[in-house]
Parts: sequence; C-alpha cells; structure tokens
Amino acid sequence: MRTKMKIHKACEKANHVCDKSQYNEATFLEKLKLMLHLLFCSACRKYSNNNKKLTATLENSKVDCMHKKEKEALKENLEKAIHKQQH
Amino acid sequence: MPNHQIDPNKWIDLYSDYLFNYTISRVNDRDLAKDLVQDTFFAGLKSMKNFKGEASERTWLISILKRKVIDHYRKINSNKGKAEVRMSYNSDSETEGDWLEERVADPFDKTAEDTLENEELGDAIYSCLDKLPKKQATVFKMKTIEGIDTETICNELNITASNLWVIIHRARTTMASCMEKNWF
Repeated sequence: MRTKMKIHKACEKANHVCDKSQYNEATFLEKLKLMLHLLFCSACRKYSNNNKKLTATLENSKVDCMHKKEKEALKENLEKAIHKQQH
Repeated sequence: MPNHQIDPNKWIDLYSDYLFNYTISRVNDRDLAKDLVQDTFFAGLKSMKNFKGEASERTWLISILKRKVIDHYRKINSNKGKAEVRMSYNSDSETEGDWLEERVADPFDKTAEDTLENEELGDAIYSCLDKLPKKQATVFKMKTIEGIDTETICNELNITASNLWVIIHRARTTMASCMEKNWF
C-alpha cells in the first residue's frame, strides 16, 4: 500500500513537471528527473506523449484569441450600440 | 428541440474568441479581424428580430461573419486592378537573377491545403475549448494561446501558482482526449 502511494506521488510530480516543460518553465534537474521517471513508467510516458502532441498541434495551428483590452474595447462599443437600439 | 434565446450582452464573453480565431485564420490581419468581428456583432444586433431560434447563437453569428469575410474579399479584389504596378523587364539570360524577386524561393511549404487544414484545426481546437469548464478554458487560453506568464495570470485571477498548474493539468488532459477524438 505504501509503495503504491509513493508511486502515485511520483507520477503526480512527473506530470506536473511535464506540464511545466510544455511552457518551458521546468528546470534542467526537473527535466532530468522526469526523463528517468518516464523510463520505467508507461502511464506517464503516455501522458507525456499526448501532452507533447497537444503542444505541437496548438503551435502548428497558430490559434489566436483576443486580448483582454481588445475585448473590453469591443464590449464598450457593443454596449453603446445596444443602448442606442433600445432608445 | 429547444428554442435558442438571444442575448447580446453575453456575446463577447461567449463568442468573441471563437469568431476572432475564425476570422484571423481567413484574413490574416489582427486589426482587420477585430473590425470584422465587431461588424458582425453590430449586424447581429441590428437583425436580432430575424433570429428564429432554430440554430444556436454561435452558428447564427458565424453565418453573418462568413458574409462579412466574403464581402471584405470582394472589396479588396475590386481595388486590386487600380493599384497594379506594371514593370517591364526583358528576361534574357544575362540579367537573370538581377531582380530580387527572381531570387526568392517559391513558397513550397505553404499550400492551399495547409491553410485549409489550419482553419479546420483552429475550429476543432475551439470546439474542444468550448467543452472545458469556464475557469479552465480561461486559464488555458491565457497561458497557452496568449502566452502570458504564470505570475501575471495568478495575480489577475487571484489564484496560487499550484492552483494554476492543477487547472492547466486538468484542461490539458481534457483537451488532449478531445483532440484525440476530433482531430488525430
């Protein structure tokens, strides 16, 4: 039971580092530890692969969204228009 | 079948990102895309009473936006002929390569098919984002698409860093499985 808990904790940590490394925020040591963990943990390997795939797809797609300021400006304009229409 | 209601006050929160991404993948210009989205909302507002409630609000808005994009291309196309610059240069072998244009590589890597695929991919990503809970979607968008750093997001949304990573982790898991189903 105890070992199981330990494994669980290790995987949680590995996934966290994996998430971080998708945004280039993991340190070298963390990445090294992750690599070691991935060597023997197939579940995390799967997660890691999927995660990388998702990052690559998102980068490839060049999806874009509006920034907060742009949205606020748009909101203001729309509200004015709504107001105008009601009167 | 439920009758769809229309509420323009919520449009920006619900659809602006989706519409914006739809536009920018088709016109390739941020400012122009913003204008087109705004025009779409205005046009939607004007013809609100024509909304029959058969389709969802988003579908309806997209159909307006589609017209706007087409109209935009019509407009710039009719201007094209007037601004055309004609240059005459004879192409004998001696001077070949003198013109900068001749030395530029052909854009082999960007075909119409790629562009089309990109448009569809963007739509697929947004439909997956739609399935996420609102908070996860917000954080994921800020972090991944806008690329804002962790600290700024934490301050803005008033959450801790570990909280943020948990949200990101959940969002990524859902996104990955959704994309697996819809795209890969």
